[in-house]
Amino acid sequence: MTVSPDARGVDVNAPVPPDDESTTTTGLPSLSTQANTLTTGPVEPESPELRAAQRARLRRRLFGSTPLLMAGVLILIFLVFTVAHPGTFPAFGNVRNMIDDTSLYLIMGVGFTFVMIAAGFDLSQGSVLVFGQVIAAKVMVAVGGQGGWTVAVGFVAAILGGAVWGVFNGLVITRLRVPPLITTLGSLGAALGVANLLTQGQDNTPTPAALTTLSAQLPWGMSWRVWVALLVAVVAGLYLHLTRFGRRTFVIGSNEEAARRSGINVKRHVVKLYVISAALAGLAGMMALINNTTTTVGGHSTDSLTVVTGVALGGVSLFGGSGLMVGTVIGMFVPTVLSNGLISIHVQPFWQQVATGFILVLAVYLDQFKRRRRDRV
Amino acid sequence: MTALLEAHGIYKNYGHVEVLRGVDFDVRAGEVVSLIGDNGAGKSTLVKILSGVMPPDRGELRLRGEPVQFESPLHARELGIETVYQDLALAPDLGPAENAYVGREILKPGLLGWLGVIDKKTMREKAREAFVSMGTDVKDMDAPVAALSGGQRQSVAICRSVMWAKGLVFMDEPTAALGVRQTRKVLDMIRRVADQGVAVVLISHNMPDVLQVSDRIQVLRLGRRVVEYGRGEADVERLVGAMTGALDTVR
Ligand SMILES: Nc1ncnc2c1ncn2[C@@H]1O[C@H](COP(=O)(O)OP(=O)(O)OP(=O)(O)O)[C@@H](O)[C@H]1O
Ligand SMILES: [Mg+2]
Repeated sequence: MTVSPDARGVDVNAPVPPDDESTTTTGLPSLSTQANTLTTGPVEPESPELRAAQRARLRRRLFGSTPLLMAGVLILIFLVFTVAHPGTFPAFGNVRNMIDDTSLYLIMGVGFTFVMIAAGFDLSQGSVLVFGQVIAAKVMVAVGGQGGWTVAVGFVAAILGGAVWGVFNGLVITRLRVPPLITTLGSLGAALGVANLLTQGQDNTPTPAALTTLSAQLPWGMSWRVWVALLVAVVAGLYLHLTRFGRRTFVIGSNEEAARRSGINVKRHVVKLYVISAALAGLAGMMALINNTTTTVGGHSTDSLTVVTGVALGGVSLFGGSGLMVGTVIGMFVPTVLSNGLISIHVQPFWQQVATGFILVLAVYLDQFKRRRRDRV
Repeated sequence: MTALLEAHGIYKNYGHVEVLRGVDFDVRAGEVVSLIGDNGAGKSTLVKILSGVMPPDRGELRLRGEPVQFESPLHARELGIETVYQDLALAPDLGPAENAYVGREILKPGLLGWLGVIDKKTMREKAREAFVSMGTDVKDMDAPVAALSGGQRQSVAICRSVMWAKGLVFMDEPTAALGVRQTRKVLDMIRRVADQGVAVVLISHNMPDVLQVSDRIQVLRLGRRVVEYGRGEADVERLVGAMTGALDTVR
């Protein structure tokens, strides 16, 4: 028996049993043609079945796609507020504000997407953000100097500071088997607590002058953090959808046991995911620091709500296994555009939290619904 | 001819429950061996031990005559042993092709591969080739497995294992969810796999199927192999008798 090192058919020459099950009109003759095609080589790339499969794939991507639907919803929301407040809402300055607000959540949402596709959850991001920026501020003071290098050190400190919480979350979840929700709820409290201990709850840690310069700059018309968020989303999106690491993230979220049985080191993989999530929260902390030129210890208690809402709206399944990074990008705009719109029509800002909360529930309900419909065969 | 895989005196306890009490088992290359027994006889447990999912408490395993200890299912698979699990172990959100390559993703050549970029197109085509050659009726290699019928799902799981099996495939009730026609297709597939030189161990509760496809039948009862039949030596009555103990003739 000859065995090629890779996948192979069992016996390309053996007669294929008649396919009674086939409901297609072609029936038996077409099947024998298929077998013959095989004996002469691989399936022709231009064969009609293949093209049909490609069409089906395209159709699934377009119409089964939550991101596309959400883009429509986003445009609708935008139009409604434009009609309600044509003067200020659609003005460039305001649109820039909305993009700017979204960028911070997007950096976190990208990390959250990885975790959620693997059927995990990370509630701690808001606090890890604060922890990251406090660490960055402290380290920059310790390093001294007012220039770009000090800020660069701050970046590294924020990311590493965040990542530490990711390691903690990941290890507790995979080794001690504490559920992700509880683990990250714990670190949500703990990370903020440590940040408060370090600063005595005061936002008066001095920051280098270069930070103020960066904060005022608008390269290509947008603040730095918008470009950073875009870069993060693009790189992470490619990584998620094109690499082995990304593929395995989907497998783990879809059927963890299957992943384990096929030899994937699930524990190590999951720890990495929480590290990605927390490191990006740390990065978001640095971006917030640049934006405000000061730490914002008390200002991120509802960040997680916004991030989860955006990610869920973008079509990443709460149950893991499916989702698109582009969905997260689109979904993340919904809460910010909504809140900006509500403010511009002078609704009390608290309503925004009410709305976001309900939208989150709705998004998850829709996910459930979609899943049930798919599984009903 | 030496056995491809053999087990001697395998013991396994779950807590105080003695599930396997000195089981012997053997299978040769190119034959279909059925493992039958009543519910709870220990069939799945034995398969788990033989496929590296868990170690035995006591007993010896030999692969191609050499003593062997499986560290993990992955290790067993590297040695050419594949398993179709009773629960299929498919990722429902992924397509058949993607499922076929879980844990064995093909990377692109060159720099992209070094960066971990996977070659989706090649994997899809190779999986399609393999699936077609096995006569499955799965048309769309990318549609989520969750959207397939029970029978199609089963054939995806079987094809995936057979595709990679170099020595031995365990199939734990592969036809449990299937109708008459698809069951026949699976049995045909099993036969062809064995004719290629791959050993197949089939677990099934369907006695006519077992009788039709097996070269040998080994009966497990209360954690022991009670009797073994060659082709043509058994009928449904005898098998049922051996399984339930009504017919306690040891050999
Ligand atoms: N993880 C476990 N913990 C405790 N007991 C177990 C475990 N797995 C199996 N058992 C017990 O071991 C015995 C044998 O189980 P096993 O699954 O091997 O039987 P089986 O022959 O495959 O049965 P079936 O035909 O129902 O699949 C049963 O009594 C079962 O309850
Ligand atoms: Mg069983």
